[in-house]
Amino acid sequence: MSAAPAEPAVLLEAIHATRVLPGVVPVTLVEDITLKVHPGEFVAITGPSGSGKSSLMYLLGLLDVPTSGAIEIGGVDTTHIDEDARAAIRLGSLGFVFQFHFLLPEFSAVDNVMLPMRALGAMPIARCRERAEMLLSQLGLEPHMAKRPDQLSGGQRQRVAIARAMANHPPVILADEPTGNLDTASSQQVLSILRGLVDEHDHSVVVVTHDMELAARADRRIHIVDGRIASDASNRREAPAV
Amino acid sequence: MNLVIDIALTHIRSRMRQTLVGLLGVATGVGFSVMMASLMEGSQQDFIDRLVDSLPHISVSDERREPPVQPAERTYDAVRILSLSTEKERAGIKNPFAIIAALEGWLPGSVAPSVQSKAIIRYAGRDTAATVIGIDPKREVKVSQLPTQVTQGSLDALYKASNAVILGDGLASRIGARVGNTLTITTSGARPLFAQVVGLFHAGVRQIDDNQVYTLVKTAQILEQQIGLVNELRIRVDDAMAARDVASRIERQTGYKAVSWQEAHEDLLSAFQIRNAIMIMVVGAILLVASFGTFNIVSTITHEKARDIAIMKSLGLREATVRRIFVLEATIIGALGMVVGWVFGFLLCVMLGQIEFKTGFTDATRLPLLYSPWHYAIAGAAALGSSVIAGFFPARKAARVHPVEIIRGAS
Ligand SMILES: Nc1ncnc2c1ncn2[C@@H]1O[C@H](COP(=O)(O)OP(=O)(O)OP(=O)(O)O)[C@@H](O)[C@H]1O
Ligand SMILES: [Mg+2]
Repeated sequence: MSAAPAEPAVLLEAIHATRVLPGVVPVTLVEDITLKVHPGEFVAITGPSGSGKSSLMYLLGLLDVPTSGAIEIGGVDTTHIDEDARAAIRLGSLGFVFQFHFLLPEFSAVDNVMLPMRALGAMPIARCRERAEMLLSQLGLEPHMAKRPDQLSGGQRQRVAIARAMANHPPVILADEPTGNLDTASSQQVLSILRGLVDEHDHSVVVVTHDMELAARADRRIHIVDGRIASDASNRREAPAV
Repeated sequence: MNLVIDIALTHIRSRMRQTLVGLLGVATGVGFSVMMASLMEGSQQDFIDRLVDSLPHISVSDERREPPVQPAERTYDAVRILSLSTEKERAGIKNPFAIIAALEGWLPGSVAPSVQSKAIIRYAGRDTAATVIGIDPKREVKVSQLPTQVTQGSLDALYKASNAVILGDGLASRIGARVGNTLTITTSGARPLFAQVVGLFHAGVRQIDDNQVYTLVKTAQILEQQIGLVNELRIRVDDAMAARDVASRIERQTGYKAVSWQEAHEDLLSAFQIRNAIMIMVVGAILLVASFGTFNIVSTITHEKARDIAIMKSLGLREATVRRIFVLEATIIGALGMVVGWVFGFLLCVMLGQIEFKTGFTDATRLPLLYSPWHYAIAGAAALGSSVIAGFFPARKAARVHPVEIIRGAS
């Protein structure tokens, strides 16, 4: 992704995105969200419980579609494309880490990491395995590669999930409370890994967290209240134009 | 795509019990369908074989299909015939040996004459009705099973005494006659005839064994008072299935009515079609029930796997790919069930084939079974097809699930 020197490239953009659940009493999950994620950026999303953080992540991750507004990936509007096209973008350009590990229970760690690569079908299976093993060992899981999720600790599972999110080199990795279920030590580890994704692997990371330490280590912090962006501030450098 | 295969196999492998139940459902369906088809077609084939073996393939008699052409009709183009008194003709086929000689010139098979006579057999002061059939032993050998059915004496023994007869063993024991005894045979027209029992036969069909008596053509002609005439020419053709064509050719050549076994048993043959339709329905029902099992199992798996489906879809697997996983699972269950069902069906047939049945009307027999690869192919294809269809609907439903609904619910 080469960017024009004047205007930094935008990987992921929400433009006045609003999501309302229809019903007798319609529920507004998020309202009028406008934000941009740039390459190599580590964005933390914070906010009280029920404020709509997860709902925003589903919109950014193309798992849900805004009722109004748009989500653009690499400058392409995704609101009016069909479900298969959205799936293809998820597979190739987005990585997910959820609060619960969400690994396939019957598959080993390696097989879980290989899944997105095999689904994409860009590499022969042996290369997929090589890369999966490489990613897992980078995350310190070398001795656990053949284990199934139920044979792993919570922190290990979450690291496998991160490796899986990295599988297809997506420019953007979205993580929804990845440390929500972990103890302090494991949280620390996951945190450094996410930080490393940005610093060493050129991924952009958007992470939802209640963890103030994590939020403090992000480049940028977006605070959500009642489904709206209450603040969007840079931690280290100048905040990019919204 | 082998990812789909991988996931499907993994699901199935980690659900051995459910898979086994589904598989056994399909296998039972296939097994019983194969057995049923084998039995139905076997008994049909057996019946036809018996029919074809025990009866002449073609029976030529002096009946007519149409009223005889009158001399006036031959002379003039248009005639109207009123109050015609027809020429009297003696019943029977005239010049039978000339006709036989003519037929033998081209017929792909053999011909034998017979004369039938309804008679009363008197022995030891008791009267019994019987059918006396005059045959030519030398020709009879070629058209019927009778020579092999003779249990005492032989067909050739008919030549030994002047009026010799061979009795059905049922008839013999009914009247208490043995080989060497002398009976009196009475018909409506002729004088009572003394005949010597020179043999017994056992056809295995009670109606025949209890009622029939064989003698020479000439003896029967005396009983019927129709010297030089026979009632029937019985023909056995080399290819039983060609009987219909041969019969119509004989009819054209001789002018006598020639009835093939197919024509004679048209009603039976069409009854078989009804039977086959019933069989297809029953087999269909069995396989339908088997496919309910597959439906149930795939529904259960997709239910249990809702979370996995959400994961796969959130990662970016397309709906069609997810659907294919579960359809494939149904296909695997169907295919395994099919193979096990084939073995099961074959074993069932072998076992059934070993049971002996004894009825009052025929000898002890084993169930007639027909082994045909078609039974296996059709039952297998139907089971596989219904499994795929049964798996498709739950698979489609599962693949449509919106991942967010499940992810939200889980967090
Ligand atoms: N299916 C639904 N029907 C009705 N309301 C819903 C539904 N899903 C979410 N909500 C509501 O939408 C709001 C936003 O939910 P969301 O899960 O995005 O919050 P969150 O910020 O992720 O909370 P948490 O920090 O607890 O995870 C909440 O008030 C929630 O109750
Ligand atoms: Mg949440």
